[in-house]
Amino acid sequence: MTTMLHAPTRTQLAGLKAALFLLCLVPAVRLVLGWQADTLGANPIETITRASGDWTLRFLLITLCVTPLRRLTGLNWLLRLRRMLGLFAYAYGCAHFMTYLWLDQFFDWMAIAHDILKRPFITVGFAALVLMTPLALTSNAFSIRKLGGRRWQALHRSVYGIAILGVVHFWWLVKADVREPMLYAFALAWLLIVRAWWREVERRRQLAASPPVPAFKGKVIRIVPADK
Amino acid sequence: MLILRTPELPSSEITPRELFEGRRRFLRDAGLVLAAGAFGGLASAPATAANARLAPLAASPLSTNEEKTSYKSVTTYNNYYEFGTDKGDPVDNAGRLVTRPWTVRVEGLVGKPRTFDIDELMKLAPLEERIYRMRCVEGWSMVIPWVGFPLSALLKQVEPLGSAKFVEFVTLYDPKVMSRLPVLDWPYTEGLRLDEALHPLTLLTLGLYGEVLPNQNGAPVRLVVPWKYGFKSAKSIVTIRLTEKQPATAWNKAARHEYGFYSNVNPQVDHPRWSQATERRIGEFRKRPTLMFNGYAEQVASLYQGMDLRANF
Repeated sequence: MTTMLHAPTRTQLAGLKAALFLLCLVPAVRLVLGWQADTLGANPIETITRASGDWTLRFLLITLCVTPLRRLTGLNWLLRLRRMLGLFAYAYGCAHFMTYLWLDQFFDWMAIAHDILKRPFITVGFAALVLMTPLALTSNAFSIRKLGGRRWQALHRSVYGIAILGVVHFWWLVKADVREPMLYAFALAWLLIVRAWWREVERRRQLAASPPVPAFKGKVIRIVPADK
Repeated sequence: MLILRTPELPSSEITPRELFEGRRRFLRDAGLVLAAGAFGGLASAPATAANARLAPLAASPLSTNEEKTSYKSVTTYNNYYEFGTDKGDPVDNAGRLVTRPWTVRVEGLVGKPRTFDIDELMKLAPLEERIYRMRCVEGWSMVIPWVGFPLSALLKQVEPLGSAKFVEFVTLYDPKVMSRLPVLDWPYTEGLRLDEALHPLTLLTLGLYGEVLPNQNGAPVRLVVPWKYGFKSAKSIVTIRLTEKQPATAWNKAARHEYGFYSNVNPQVDHPRWSQATERRIGEFRKRPTLMFNGYAEQVASLYQGMDLRANF
């Protein structure tokens, strides 16, 4: 049991991934079935818009949980699930945008262009989706090889900014009750602070471990004129 | 001649909901209305229990003949923030609201301030069915068969003074049954200019779909001002105050630049965060264009002659 938990075999991991894939589809399936059975309430389009947006934000935050969770538990294979979670965030984001384009605005391009340019909460949400696109497109082994690990990682760090835009998008659209967006903001803040803290700890550790700078012996050789 | 004419039934009497809710009650009530219609439709029966029928009801020429939004949507998709901010919260939580006994105090700049008992209000004037469009500031709309009488009938009873310029509506805030979160500055208050309050479209509302108001719709008595965004139509009113100065209103206090005192439905003046040019009628798929003053321009545009509606949003 513990070996499976710490070092699952290839088949076990494949099974786990398949199960997670199906689990991630549940919210979408529920919306489709609800639409067909007309159980999404008086305003089903609003229900779908809200739910797809909620799940985009949730999957973004779940994706950001992987690294802290791996560090805290030592379960390194969790990293192998991160790509799928990130791609689901993008998929729900696309569904959210399609709901807006098709069900809500019915391809009224003038109104849509007007919204994206003039409504700050839509501008921010749209920007987040656009910024997610390169991350989704490079979420494969080929892109990592092609870009090189360092550059790939730098690109994918933009997910922190994207998550912030997502929370702002939610915050700016509510009328008065900001409790729910506040919850997402707190969760995101915690996930970012943990990373910043670990980074700081790592920096201090490296500073402490690096060999002391050799003390100068004799004359100081100036490399800039002394009277400047 | 009179006897031969088929009495006009209010649409609430032909709603199919009655068929599955109880054929016997339907027959009894339909019979009552037929009888009342034959005798001139003047009798007015007080209602005391929730879901009690309000009959007979006079039809109104101010009603729209557009297709009504289903009873289910009207009573399950509500904005009543005291009972929660999700649309489904009010129907789940408003059952705790006690609507009897209930009084409405009418005071301020009036000759005869008075406290009206809810049963007294029910009989104050003949109840009419008014089928109105309702446009929410969020961009959706409904068509609702309200039951009530013009607010002017009540205001006339208290004899407004010449100095009265505005009417303030104070609604119930009971933290024992309502939200304790300071989402808005409770109690929820709303206001109208006196001429708006006296307009024949402005309805003191006691019911919908031929029944007393369900709690989630603002029982036992609310306001309906069909040419303004829905939030102007205050629910569960306890005090009506005539004032000289423009009263503060709850949403205006919450976001001054987003919700003005007038809040007339206006497709040309956007909410700062979204367009008001179109709306989704609940039950329909495609959005439809929003009409000036929610389609009541003919009746109310003269109230705002010469006013800059962009500045007085």
